[in-house]
Amino acid sequence: MKYEGNVIKYNDNVDTDVIIPARYLNTSDHAELASHCMEDLDKTFVTRVQQGDIITAGFNFGCGSSREHAPIAIKASGISLVIAKSFARIFYRNSINIGLAIVECPEAVDGISEGDRVEADMDNGIIRNLTTGKEYKTEPFPEFVQKIIENGGLINSIAEGIIK
Amino acid sequence: MGMTMTQKILASHAGLESVQAGQLILANLDLVLGNDITSPVAIKEFAKLNKEKVFDKNKVTMVMDHFAPNKDIKAAEQCKMCRDFCGEKEVKHFYDVGKMGIEHALLPEKGLVTSGNVVIGADSHTCTYGALGAFSTGVGSTDMACGMAIGKAWFKVPSAIKFNLTGKLRKYVSGKDVILHIIGKIGVDGALYRSMEFTGEGLSSLSMSDRLCIANMAIEAGAKNGIFEVDDITLEYVKAHGAKEPVIYKADEDAVYDEVIDINLSEIEPTVSFPHLPENAKTFDQFGDIEINQVVIGSCTNGRLEDLQEAAEIMKGRQCAKNVRVIVIPATQQIYLDAMEQGLLKIFIESGAVVSTPTCGPCLGGHMGILAKGERAVATTNRNFVGRMGHVESEVYLASPAVAAASAVTGKISSPWEVMNV
Repeated sequence: MKYEGNVIKYNDNVDTDVIIPARYLNTSDHAELASHCMEDLDKTFVTRVQQGDIITAGFNFGCGSSREHAPIAIKASGISLVIAKSFARIFYRNSINIGLAIVECPEAVDGISEGDRVEADMDNGIIRNLTTGKEYKTEPFPEFVQKIIENGGLINSIAEGIIK
Repeated sequence: MGMTMTQKILASHAGLESVQAGQLILANLDLVLGNDITSPVAIKEFAKLNKEKVFDKNKVTMVMDHFAPNKDIKAAEQCKMCRDFCGEKEVKHFYDVGKMGIEHALLPEKGLVTSGNVVIGADSHTCTYGALGAFSTGVGSTDMACGMAIGKAWFKVPSAIKFNLTGKLRKYVSGKDVILHIIGKIGVDGALYRSMEFTGEGLSSLSMSDRLCIANMAIEAGAKNGIFEVDDITLEYVKAHGAKEPVIYKADEDAVYDEVIDINLSEIEPTVSFPHLPENAKTFDQFGDIEINQVVIGSCTNGRLEDLQEAAEIMKGRQCAKNVRVIVIPATQQIYLDAMEQGLLKIFIESGAVVSTPTCGPCLGGHMGILAKGERAVATTNRNFVGRMGHVESEVYLASPAVAAASAVTGKISSPWEVMNV
């Protein structure tokens, strides 16, 4: 899997309440959720995000509530990949389960600036900053997780009998 | 190699002799939980699995607590979707308005969780049941859907931090102060992906209410789960609530921990976590006067009977400060009834507080106590993120029921020690 896009950069501890405030949890409509994505942290996000863009963030991205509405809102807003120094665990598994690509890479986060053009080759675990020409190595997903992603998420994996 | 409590529970539920940290397993589930916000997403995903039934209609539960009683039409539609699904699938433990309470206070009270269980819930505070010696953890709606379908979930076996508790809590200091102190010490990602295991001679002085509160906020340190060693207090509790026969998993003598942290309960002071992270924990010697507009006493963290008793003891015969709105929310119908019979509701109402029906309501900025721009609240809830209880420029200070009650009567963030002359 390869992803390429411009970077929107955030700091540490971006919580699910700012990713999608609870006042919008009375719906599970993807487009509606996307229209409020990041609203309490960055009101400009929804106006400037482009299909394929990449979010980079610091430690503990997605901390807080278990609301799957958070990765859904990010994915539905067009973000192709989130690179963070670390992820909160429920957000991490929710992203895998719904098929939002995420990767931990502290070096890449430190070396990438807002607006940089970035390419991520997840098969080989390489993140390239096309703006600066720098490359960063990442850990590949464990095989079990890779299987879920390859099958388009957990639901498909079960529907197709891969997980029983 | 020895296993931790969590690892032993996971091994047994995965049908394995032993597991080690980092291993990916598929574990059998004893209970799958959802609420009115997360279940609708799960129900939609469940429909894609082409399963006519849930894996076990006695092991799925839905609690209408977040935006219930329905705060608007959309919330009403979400509750209806859950109600219809549970009716059609004959889900036994569906809790609607009138029967419901805040999920994590309700499930232990109803005896739906016992020691040694594996529980997943599409709510991050599902880690609460670790107080009973269960492995319980928050997941998303897709995990909930798959759990409802096949009764299993995938887990990466966590490593653990051991908290060795000694001493005994002082008057007006409770589990909330302990967990805020710990999060202040290790940070909001201090236990990321890991278990927090609580043990030591100090356990015997912690009530089940304290333990439920501490385990509840394990997620605020990033933990996968928080779990307490089972003792007589646990066994008495599960028996009194008619839960299934407990299974006790004790950590091996040679269990490997990433870290061992000693906590002397006797040294814990009333603690307040400042905006906008639970890790911003301070004791009263570290700040001056901070005026407030609202107090919330309730939530899955601190809406239990003991919490209301502690608050009522401080508010009895006192008036809520002028211009401070005080909202008390018993976490379940049973707690509401007990509080009424014990005269606590009378104390709250006579002091100028309002008593609400059970709901998560204001904790997540849903309804029943939203903050305006620039307003400040002291809350016994669990998160103080930006905009959590309302406007992005409002502030939430996390504290115990005793601190919240003391603050309610003074109008500024106050120590119960000061108000009660301890």
